[in-house]
Amino acid sequence: MIPQTRSLTTSTPIYTTQDLQLEVEVEASVQMEEREGEDGVEQPPLCPIDPNTQGIIKGRDLFGYVGIEAVLDQMRRKTMKAGFEFNIMVVGQSGLGKSTLVNTLFKSKVSRKSCTPNYEEKISKTVNLQSICHVIEEKGVKMKLTVIDTPGFGDQINNENCWEPIVKYVNEQYEKYLREEQHVNRKRRIPDTRVHCCVYFLPATGHRLRPIDVEFMKRLGHIVSIVPVIAKADTLTMEERLEFKQRIRQDLEANGIRVYPQKEYDEDAEDRILNDKIRENIPFAVVGTDKEHQVNGNKVLGRKTKWGIIEVENVAHCEFANLRDLLIRSHLQDLKDVTHNIHYETYRVRRLNESNANGLGLSALSLENGTFDKNEAESQL
Amino acid sequence: APQSLDKEYVGFATLPNQVHRKSVKKGFDFTLLVAGESGLGKSTLVNSLFLTDLHKDRKLLNAEERINQTVEITKHTVDIEEKGVKLKLTIVDTPGFGDAVNNTECWKPITDYIDQQFEQYFRDESGLNRKNIQDNRVHCCLYFIPPFGHGLRPVDVQFMKALMEKVNVVPLISKADCLTPGEMKKMKDRVREETDKYGLKVYQFPDCDSDEDEEFKQQDRELKESTPFAVIGSNTVVEARGQRVRGRLYPWGIVEVENPSHCDFVKLRNMLIRTHMHDLKDITCDVHYENYRAQCIQQMTSKLTQDNRVESPIPILPLSTPDVETEKLIKMKDEELRRMQEMLQKMQQQMHEQDL
Repeated sequence: MIPQTRSLTTSTPIYTTQDLQLEVEVEASVQMEEREGEDGVEQPPLCPIDPNTQGIIKGRDLFGYVGIEAVLDQMRRKTMKAGFEFNIMVVGQSGLGKSTLVNTLFKSKVSRKSCTPNYEEKISKTVNLQSICHVIEEKGVKMKLTVIDTPGFGDQINNENCWEPIVKYVNEQYEKYLREEQHVNRKRRIPDTRVHCCVYFLPATGHRLRPIDVEFMKRLGHIVSIVPVIAKADTLTMEERLEFKQRIRQDLEANGIRVYPQKEYDEDAEDRILNDKIRENIPFAVVGTDKEHQVNGNKVLGRKTKWGIIEVENVAHCEFANLRDLLIRSHLQDLKDVTHNIHYETYRVRRLNESNANGLGLSALSLENGTFDKNEAESQL
Repeated sequence: APQSLDKEYVGFATLPNQVHRKSVKKGFDFTLLVAGESGLGKSTLVNSLFLTDLHKDRKLLNAEERINQTVEITKHTVDIEEKGVKLKLTIVDTPGFGDAVNNTECWKPITDYIDQQFEQYFRDESGLNRKNIQDNRVHCCLYFIPPFGHGLRPVDVQFMKALMEKVNVVPLISKADCLTPGEMKKMKDRVREETDKYGLKVYQFPDCDSDEDEEFKQQDRELKESTPFAVIGSNTVVEARGQRVRGRLYPWGIVEVENPSHCDFVKLRNMLIRTHMHDLKDITCDVHYENYRAQCIQQMTSKLTQDNRVESPIPILPLSTPDVETEKLIKMKDEELRRMQEMLQKMQQQMHEQDL
């Protein structure tokens, strides 16, 4: 099953989950039908379709090839034309290699440093969020990538509440989306500026999580998917790395911090197996670079030191490839789904309950039915 | 003839040998303060420098416990002996420095500690029994700068500003295996630039005498040009190039701690122990301690002119022209002193007569 069929875009899904389930079953059974067709036995439909029961018509019950599976192709073509959006936020102290890692991940100069002319590496006094937008294309698939950088985080002597601008930003994006969704005349595709993934950079101390790490992840773990990574990991030997990761996982559990992929959101056994493997390995120890060197006659991305070359894409050296696969090749759509279906919905419910309590007349129940007068809701908002 | 040579030879050229023998008998002491955030390799470096394991049963606190931790000062003392020369080494560690979310004035416990040692020495020096004064003054402070940043951070600048007048500060770039040679050079240049920019006075190597040979001068130049030292420490021995060396084993290569092309550990060790240990102690005694002492005395004097009932153990001469009240006080005290001295003389006479 192609993961992209779960939802087309981040705006209102065209297919409801029930339909998708039916679709999936149909695909499986169509394949079965093709295999069983050799029997040449045709059977009449078992029972009439009743929309209220989950009656599933298997492919072998159909009289011929209907072509339902072709809808997958149509979806594919549509999404390729429309393109994808992905918003990634990088958080960490200055000098941990955030910009370099983002450049390496997307194999292009998308970071703040590469885009600002006359860039000066100064520690700023407050946390300013800066977002840079790029459209990158690969094999006909377009992606609108937004990188949100947070210079100044954790750099001061007194870092109390340095996470507040970030929390504010994330909530602002949810609020923007909420308002757009509640408009009477909604756009076909609501521009999605919500943060799909927050990559948090931990310095490779080799000890444990620091108080500032715990505070940040506690607060943001509830509203956005956090992917912690160990930055500049070429300063840890393999044993030190394993011990460090173990201790971090212990600390995360002890503080009740849930990082992506969260256990509660695993949809089925297949997901769980895949995600468990990932969960055993987080946080990924990464090394980033944009320089290439010659190793055994190949050009590889790496860091050249006096004692050897650290190959970034070699899994024996560092886990950059695992991170890239997680973020881009396998779980990109899942990150967006979790943001939309879980984090955004949590925010929405909270906001609507708040406005309910304030007596604005907007109750969550009515909107679910879709029968509430939207005009009235808007005027009261 | 040997006899005439003997007549010209006075013999005080053997003084250095006598001093040497006495010092070896007495032994040396050295107090080293290490400061920097957790996880920068301080303990590992100290172990590598002195080839001992000072932190065998150390427990690392988890993040919850660390939220409420304040900066502590811990001391470890170790007696090391090498070729008959004894060294009493004290390492002062500062766990908790720079680890909290709010690190305002996190260096205050450290400056307080250094001041306390100075004050202790000052009292001992002014006391009556000066034979066995214990010198706990901090001779050198190794400050660990993380290699992850782009030079000095605000906390680094503030720390060094607070400590540069009290102790010899030697800044080090820690975990140097994180940087490629190009990045290392940039980092060192940056740190040197910012040290000048903020007026930070770190420990400077004394210039070598002009009559030293060229090789020594060359070494000295190299030493000065490679500050701040970029260091790597290791507690483990690995096999590299057919030898067993102290190092760190990575999948992409082996970092040797004592290889001068890998890091500046050897330079640091030579500087700290083999060539400049005594100089560090001298500067502590002659410059930092004297500054403290002068400050202290000035404070006491200004207190005296303000509050007439202050009693000091040492008769202090006021620096400025005293007013009438103070003059009266001084006269009174002088009278008292004279009377007491007379009494003392009488008593001594009595005792003398008794003995007889």
